[in-house]
Amino acid sequence: MRRLSKPMFENYQTESFYDEMFGADGTVRAHCAPLLERFSSIDAGEFENRRQACDAHFLRQGVTFNVYHDDQGTERIFPFDPVPRVISADEWDHIEAGLSQRIIALNLFLHDIYHDQQILKDGVIPACYIEEARHFRPEFRGVNVPEDIYIQICGSDLIRGDDGQYYVLEDNARCPSGASYLLENRNALKRAFPGLFDAMGVRPVDAYPRELRRMLEFISPHREGDAVCVLLTPGCYNSAYFEHCYLAREMGIEIVEGKDLVVLDDFVYMRTTKGLERVDVIYRRIDDDFIDPTVFRKDSVLGVPGIMQAYRAGNVALANAVGTGVADDKAVYHFVPKMIEYYLGQEAILPNVPTYLAHEESDRKYILDHLPELVVKSANESGGYGMLMGPTASKAELAEFRAKILEDPRNFIAQPVVNLSRCPTWCDGGFEGRHVDLRPYIIYGESVQIVPGGLTRVALNKGSLVVNSSQGGGSKDTWVLRA
Amino acid sequence: MLSRVANSLYWMVRYIERADNLARLIEVNERLLLDLGWKDTAGLDALWRPVIASSGDEELFDSAHPDGRRREAIEFLTIDTANPNSIVSCIGQARENARMVRDQLAESLWEELNGLYLFVNSAEGAASVRSNSTAYYERIRRSTYAFHGMAAATTLRGEAWDFMDLGRHLERADKTTRFLDITTFIERQPDHFGLGADEHWLAILRSCGGLGAFRVKHRGRFTRSNITEFLVLAPDFPRSVRYCAGRIDECLHAISGTPRGSFANKAESLAGRLLADLAFSSCDEVLASGLHGYLDGLQQRLNAIGEEVFRAFILLPDEIEQRPPIPASSFSAVVKWQMEQQQQ
Repeated sequence: MRRLSKPMFENYQTESFYDEMFGADGTVRAHCAPLLERFSSIDAGEFENRRQACDAHFLRQGVTFNVYHDDQGTERIFPFDPVPRVISADEWDHIEAGLSQRIIALNLFLHDIYHDQQILKDGVIPACYIEEARHFRPEFRGVNVPEDIYIQICGSDLIRGDDGQYYVLEDNARCPSGASYLLENRNALKRAFPGLFDAMGVRPVDAYPRELRRMLEFISPHREGDAVCVLLTPGCYNSAYFEHCYLAREMGIEIVEGKDLVVLDDFVYMRTTKGLERVDVIYRRIDDDFIDPTVFRKDSVLGVPGIMQAYRAGNVALANAVGTGVADDKAVYHFVPKMIEYYLGQEAILPNVPTYLAHEESDRKYILDHLPELVVKSANESGGYGMLMGPTASKAELAEFRAKILEDPRNFIAQPVVNLSRCPTWCDGGFEGRHVDLRPYIIYGESVQIVPGGLTRVALNKGSLVVNSSQGGGSKDTWVLRA
Repeated sequence: MLSRVANSLYWMVRYIERADNLARLIEVNERLLLDLGWKDTAGLDALWRPVIASSGDEELFDSAHPDGRRREAIEFLTIDTANPNSIVSCIGQARENARMVRDQLAESLWEELNGLYLFVNSAEGAASVRSNSTAYYERIRRSTYAFHGMAAATTLRGEAWDFMDLGRHLERADKTTRFLDITTFIERQPDHFGLGADEHWLAILRSCGGLGAFRVKHRGRFTRSNITEFLVLAPDFPRSVRYCAGRIDECLHAISGTPRGSFANKAESLAGRLLADLAFSSCDEVLASGLHGYLDGLQQRLNAIGEEVFRAFILLPDEIEQRPPIPASSFSAVVKWQMEQQQQ
């Protein structure tokens, strides 16, 4: 470790937080030193110009997302911070091992839950947590899925606490999104700061679409000929529509809407100008509830009538499978380390954040007594919605959540506030520490593949711990260094 | 190719072509008025009527601007988003269609269109309609040229290209007939607004970008008959109805794989007949039958081809189509559902 002599970081303060680039004594972490040296040689005006060039590039490319609950229907760019987050080779090995272990256990769990439910019979998880999980699909018990894989794509959010330890904050096992930003952030940084990458040993990320495609082909139920894979989007008004197009194009597969597909004799076809063409694999970015109006929501025009029948008959594969939401229920999350122990006989490599379940009487009492110190989350929301940050909440908000918890305790969990680690971030012409998390994307096909790094999300508002794009979050490029 | 994708590519290009044509028309009209140096503002305002009528939006204009004059007309045609055929609306529609098929388009193609969209929707863009209209329309024309050029240079010659080319030429043929029809309106006025015999014919040629080509071909003999011949029947001018009909026929046969001279669907049958009529008609016959009625007939035939394209390639046969059509009234519900789909 050594001190930086350059003026750009002269006033940088780690305060009391774990900083990704600086030790508590203000010295630079060894694996970040070459990067910071290079940044220090760029003056503030030039740095700002290049940052703005990134924004302009994103806007021109249409790398935008639509904001929920916003009548304007406006497209916004996802703010990009040019200071990358750097992960050393050793740390990445640890993360990779932990995530692989986790996705394997989650898949074994889903197989079990949709077949014999041995884990419930053995009392490892109380049955009520499964039966009352909103995204549990009991109608699919006994249905086998291709290659016995349920979660082919998982986005598990990792955070790092004051102790420098990585924790899993939540798993996203239905339609994890954001991988396109991971890829585009790397492109943007290369374009704006081309010299930065020289001889740094940054591992590339561009294999993601190829791995995704390989996985889709692997789960095809038909072995003859080339598998026809498609990406099913809700449509161009969805917040992640850019990503759907981007991934489909990068993979070289068709992007389809529900109305492009028809089911005949339990096979799925797409409507082309030359007639119907059979579809083998669907990477769906649409919720279970909407996927088939004949089975789930009757009024859904986004889905495909009859597709569940084709799926049950084994004639089409879905990624992710139907009913995976039971595994990312935030109450079920609490039991993941136990699943790892139960199915794999191993201790979880990446620990969970301590979690209190409002459904358990002693936990509920603790939650209600300590509400202002805790983060309360509803079990099935994502994107930073349905959440209470105890320390910053108003009295009215605390009262509102107290009532909600009492009314529907199964649907709430609470966790202590974890001070996410911080990373130097460009703010108003200088570098300041901002809190970050990490969302790696795990692909599970023939083997488990994790693109080195993932999407680092950063809470751009000073002091904020919420990194979601809908709540003032931005993102960074994530570097995993070669050993 | 997915039917929906074919449909979007087709409309994307049609809307771009529509915006381009409108920009040319406004530009030329403005120049014509300047050349005349009129003091009579009533005549000046009246000359905008046929332009609005040519896009079929007269009623909409009159209800929004009961005393509409030149300024209102230009803004209605250019930046009014309540007018579905204004330049800004067309570019918005083109981009919306492009967004739905982004995976099919070269990066540069999307960037060009998105760049144009961002420009016409920016404060700078809106302001320049008034402050520097020449630069504004020039920007639109150049950008659409750039779009067509990039598309030609980067698009695989397959179905995607054929549907795009089909859309472009259907729209272009229709617009050429409408440009030409403006002369009918002007000549109906008792004094032709005081225009000299040739001026409005020249203006029409100019808005079709055909002045140079016409000079080469007809050595500057700007007669009514020569110009009509050039814009309707010429086999070699890229904006003539005859040329466009030839491209439409080619594209349709490339899509279906049927040899030219025969047909496998109604669209091909109609296109083939239109092409034959244009190829074997003389300008004297056209003028003798009455230009306005003749152009009207062409427009109807072009529309019919468009409808048959939709039926042949986009709609599914009834026996396969299981889902009821979505009523227009529930469109916002569909948008809401699309937005609701959780992307974690």
